[in-house]
This record gives sequence, C-alpha cells and structure tokens, in this order.
Amino acid sequence: MVKNATTTIDNAVGTQRVKRGMAEQLKNGVIMDVVTPEQARIAEDAGAVAVMALERVPADIRKDGGVVRMSDPDMIDGIVSAVSIPVMAKARIGHFVEAQVLESLGVDFVDESEVLTPADEANHIDKWAFTVPFVCGATNLGEALRRIAEGAAMIRSKGEAGTGNVVEATRHMRAIRTDIKRLSTLDEAELFGAAKELRAPHDLVAEVARAGRLPVPLFSAGGVATPADAALMRQLGAESVFVGSGIFKSGDPAKRADSIVQATLHYEDPSVIARVSRGLGDAMVGINVDDLSEAERYAGRGW
Amino acid sequence: MTPPTIGVLALQGDTAEHRAVLDGLGARTAEVLAPEHLDTVDALVLPGGESTTMGKLAVRYGLVEPLRARIAAGMPAFGTCAGMILLSDRVVGAAADQTTVGGIDMTVRRNAFGRQTESFETCVAVDGIGEQPFDAVFIRAPWVDSVGPEASVLGRLPAEDGPGRIIAVRQGGLMATSFHPELTGDARVHRLFVDIAKGHS
Repeated sequence: MVKNATTTIDNAVGTQRVKRGMAEQLKNGVIMDVVTPEQARIAEDAGAVAVMALERVPADIRKDGGVVRMSDPDMIDGIVSAVSIPVMAKARIGHFVEAQVLESLGVDFVDESEVLTPADEANHIDKWAFTVPFVCGATNLGEALRRIAEGAAMIRSKGEAGTGNVVEATRHMRAIRTDIKRLSTLDEAELFGAAKELRAPHDLVAEVARAGRLPVPLFSAGGVATPADAALMRQLGAESVFVGSGIFKSGDPAKRADSIVQATLHYEDPSVIARVSRGLGDAMVGINVDDLSEAERYAGRGW
Repeated sequence: MTPPTIGVLALQGDTAEHRAVLDGLGARTAEVLAPEHLDTVDALVLPGGESTTMGKLAVRYGLVEPLRARIAAGMPAFGTCAGMILLSDRVVGAAADQTTVGGIDMTVRRNAFGRQTESFETCVAVDGIGEQPFDAVFIRAPWVDSVGPEASVLGRLPAEDGPGRIIAVRQGGLMATSFHPELTGDARVHRLFVDIAKGHS
C-alpha cells in the first residue's frame, strides 16, 4: 500500500518486472564511480545515467588493502541528495545486512560486489528478499545465471576493477557471449547436460537458449579507462558501461567523463570515438593484470 | 498508402524494447540519434531512461530545436516516463538547467512517486485501448500535476477518494504515459499510437 496525497492504492513494489525494468532504463549509458557529492555532480553534468557511491574507488582500495566494507551512510546520503539521477552503492558478497542498510537509505540499485571483501564464502545474498534491485558481477554464463537465479536484475562483467586494464572485462564479455551462442545450437536433451555443466537452473538455461540473450540487461565493468575501451565493451555486447577508477583517477575527469558518455552512445562510429579521444590528458596509470598475485585479483571472488 | 516510419529516440534508455513492440505491430522503425535522422521518420517515440541524461544529449547533438520544429509542424510523438517529461511544457522537480522539448500543455512532476524502492506495478484504465485494464509498470516515474485546456487526460491511477493521479495524456497527435507500456508485452498503448501516426485515431 502506497499513500500519495489523495490516493490509497494497492501497488506491487519490488516485483521482477519493476526491478528488471529499472535496469532496462539504464541501458545505453555510463554509470560512474564517485566518492564525493562534487564528483557526483560532475558525473551528472557529463550525462551519466547513474552514479555508484563509494568511499574509495577500486584503484585506491588496491593501494590501501585491508578489509573493505559498505560505505558510511553519511557519505551515501550526501551523494543521494547531490544528484537527481539514480544512485547505486556496494554491499559485500553475502552481506545481506549491508544490503538491508543500503535499501533503507533509499539507494536505487545495490551492487553485490567482489571489489569489497566477501562476507560469506558459500552464499550470495538472497536478492528476491529485497525491494531494491541488485546487480552482480560474472565472469561466465554459469555464474551470471546463478546470480539471476538468486534474484539479480542486472549482470555486469567483473573485469579486474581498479587496474585501468580492460583485458579481463574483454575475457568475461567474450566468455558470456560465446556460452550464449553455444546454447542456441543445442537441442532440448543437450540443454539438460548444459545446465549441469553450467551449474545453473535448467529453466534459465532453456530461456537463454531460446532468446539468445540473458533475461536481464548485461553491462560491462572492470578496467574501462578510455572512450575506446567503453566502445569496445559495447561492441562486445555490453548494453551499458560502468567506469570506476578510470574517470576520477585521470588528468581531466569532467572531459573524460563526457568523452566516455559520447563513445558509449556512438560506439559503432570510429570517427566520433577518434574525436572524443583527442586531448584528454593523462589516463589513469593502470596495472598489468599478470603482475597481480591470485590474492590481488577480485574476479575470483564469488563463484 | 505506405505505412509510416516510426522513429525511436536512441540517446539513452530502453529504445530496443519500444522497437520490439512496434515491430510486432508491423510498423517500420528507425533509430533517431541525430537531426538528419528526423527527416526520415513520420512519427517519434521518446523512450524511458534518465530524462536529465537524454535532455543533455539532445542539446549536445543539436536535436532540441529540430524536435520542437517537427512537433510544431504536427509530427505525432509518444513519450513514456522520461519521454513524458521531455514532451511536457512545464516540469516540477527538474534538475537545474534541465532541457525539455515540450509540446503537451501539462505540468509534469519528475520522480513524483519517489526512488526505486517506491517503484511499482498496478492495473490502470486507459481511454482508447479497450475495457481491459492495462498492467502498468512505474519506475521512478513522473505524474502529471495538471493539464491545460489543450490536453486531455487518457488515464488516472485508481484512487479510493476523488480522482487519482494523471498518468496518461493526449493532445492531438501527441501522447504521453508515466508508465512503461514497452515492458509488459501488452501492445495496446503502442497500437493506439500507431493508429494516431497513421491518422486513423
């Protein structure tokens, strides 16, 4: 029941359609990590479709180390009141109480994120239990479908956050796309075997085989630093792009944010990507993923 | 008569869902990203998404004035959610410097129902699509505070006391809904618009 002025109506909140529908509205856009209200306003001015409110961008999380948790509610409130576009925030994998807190703060989307330190080594959050929609990372189709079975309304590639290196995001987008293509070649009997192999529910596997796509929007995240990186993710099948450290760790964040928005929209037009890539100043320095030890890799968190 | 080509504004949002519904109705569709694309379409759908983002991109790509000119010249247009905001003459709760195209004599309240946790679905009656109620999905949706003499109300939210909030409006060839008819698989609202675009309704 929702009361609004003169009306009292039976409204169904938090349904699958309302959650997935919210994800659909964010398509064809850029979601930017921000750590202050001022950065949130720069992102909004550049045409971001949403911001991700967090205390430290992944590049700084890598540098500082330690246990990484949900952000301070005061910090999230500050960003929620600074902009009119949707605000997302991160909860630790399996930490359903952090997710409850974020929902109570009125964030529009919760990212159950491998960038934070996992709180449960066996279980992700039961996302059906929430009114707020969730996005989860995935490295392949089986992982994506397990998250959708738990109630995720959006999937993003994990990539390797905070590296400024797009190689892992490319790997994950290609893996998801290849797995989907393979499913569409299988017959009904083979889909049972595929479900077992993917460790995913058969009904979801059959749905993907029929539709040739995930039942929720597929976005990309993890290592996008340049307009061309964003367009690469779009051409590999991402419907929108998350940019974490890539914008506010660069020389001219406002200009880079604006350029990445334009390249995401005109991802099939190299002349636009060339134009917006000129004179952007320094990109974030970046890390070679091969230089990271297993423990330093976030993509292996979650399963 | 050749069927009209219906453009879908593709600056941001769920363009693909609108195209899928229109394709299902046998309409010809095209993406509109630049002013020259407007020359090839007979009618236009403005989809859901983020109205501030779409407004900013419309300004950047020089689409605002050409859109206003086409609408003033009588091009049928249909806006859903963010698209409703873009088609409204007056916006309450707009972001600073928010740009709209205008066309419908109404005052729209942005994010009127609240944030995403207040987003909902419910059944509404809409004039012109038959008796059967329409399952309407509202996502961080606007509502219409009031319509001027030029516009007429097509639908309201059900209410126990007095008239409910206005959530569907028409003014000649222009139509707007607070909700997302592209998300539910029920094509009746789009069929009404296609009929308008053909000059049949």
